[in-house]
Amino acid sequence: MMAMSKIVRTVSNLLYFFILIFGFYIVMHGHLTPGGGFQGGAVLASAIALIIVAHGIEKAKKFYSEFSLTSCESLGLVLFISLAFLGIFMTFFYNFLSPGAQPAIPIFSTEPPLGPNLGNLNTGGVIPLMNIAVGIEVIGGLGAIVYVMFRGGKK
Amino acid sequence: MNYLYNFPFIVVAILIAMGFYAMMFKRNLIKIVIGLNIVESAVNLFLIALGYRKGAVAPIYTNAPVAKGAPAHSMVLPTPQALTLTAIVIGVATTAMILSFVVQIGKHYGTIDAKKARRLKG
Amino acid sequence: MRNAVAGVALLVMAAFLFYAAVEMHSFGSPAYSDMDDYFIENAQKETGANNVVTSIVFDYRGFDTLGEATVLFTAVAGTTAVFKKRREKK
Repeated sequence: MMAMSKIVRTVSNLLYFFILIFGFYIVMHGHLTPGGGFQGGAVLASAIALIIVAHGIEKAKKFYSEFSLTSCESLGLVLFISLAFLGIFMTFFYNFLSPGAQPAIPIFSTEPPLGPNLGNLNTGGVIPLMNIAVGIEVIGGLGAIVYVMFRGGKK
Repeated sequence: MNYLYNFPFIVVAILIAMGFYAMMFKRNLIKIVIGLNIVESAVNLFLIALGYRKGAVAPIYTNAPVAKGAPAHSMVLPTPQALTLTAIVIGVATTAMILSFVVQIGKHYGTIDAKKARRLKG
Repeated sequence: MRNAVAGVALLVMAAFLFYAAVEMHSFGSPAYSDMDDYFIENAQKETGANNVVTSIVFDYRGFDTLGEATVLFTAVAGTTAVFKKRREKK
């Protein structure tokens, strides 16, 4: 597939970094604002789709490969399942970093003020870590779908 | 007057009927996939409309416009929203899967008409 | 003939859907909400996250999310397998 015109390529080069920053913001603030791993991962995958569509598959092969995207996906799933397994001393999917958990680990475990508040990034227990894991998985999965289907169109 | 109050549910019924019409009477495989997606969107709309409370805000406490000790009735139900989040991602994944099969059928038979592709043998 | 039967079936189904939509609880006042009220009141205390929806997705209903991640993984694996480049036989 040929690349698109120079205007589209320049604008997509500019927008790429802003879309990436917005996606990382949504993933990191998943426990405070609307959003989370799935939505942020979809935003990040849209950045990959923008580069692939604007520059053509030949140029995009230099940045992404099918192997890197699918291994991103597998890594995210393995991280998610291992985070779930780390709480196995109580139950599967136990939130072992939450404020009330007994072996107190001071990561993401500040107790937030009850009721409406301004939001503190250092709360949420295991939820921000799971958000990151799912974000890695979704960016790999949707990016691999776009990449493979775009490449499959050509002979 | 119940017709007006239940307007979102009636829209859901109309959308599901439209999607099933597309899936039953269209012969183009792409149009069948579009019908499936319409049904899926209708189900998502149904779940979201099911959990709505009149005059309530989103169930997020960051800068929430409710009072400090507000009762739980001032926020909409969070569980249908979580289920909808699940359904959207699964819908995207299955749509990609179905469309890749349609591409393979088009390459193999040279047509994506369901009735013609069924008669031809590989 | 077949199309007529299918059309009648579709009309019957649409009629039932419409009847169910009209007879539903009125929009804006859900019938049962005990579980959701518990989540709204206690999610902040138990998980420490401000976003109740995220704490349901990743904490209370973690198995649901695990199954969803598995479905996404399987669908991507299937798509990449369908579009795999075949080596030409010589």
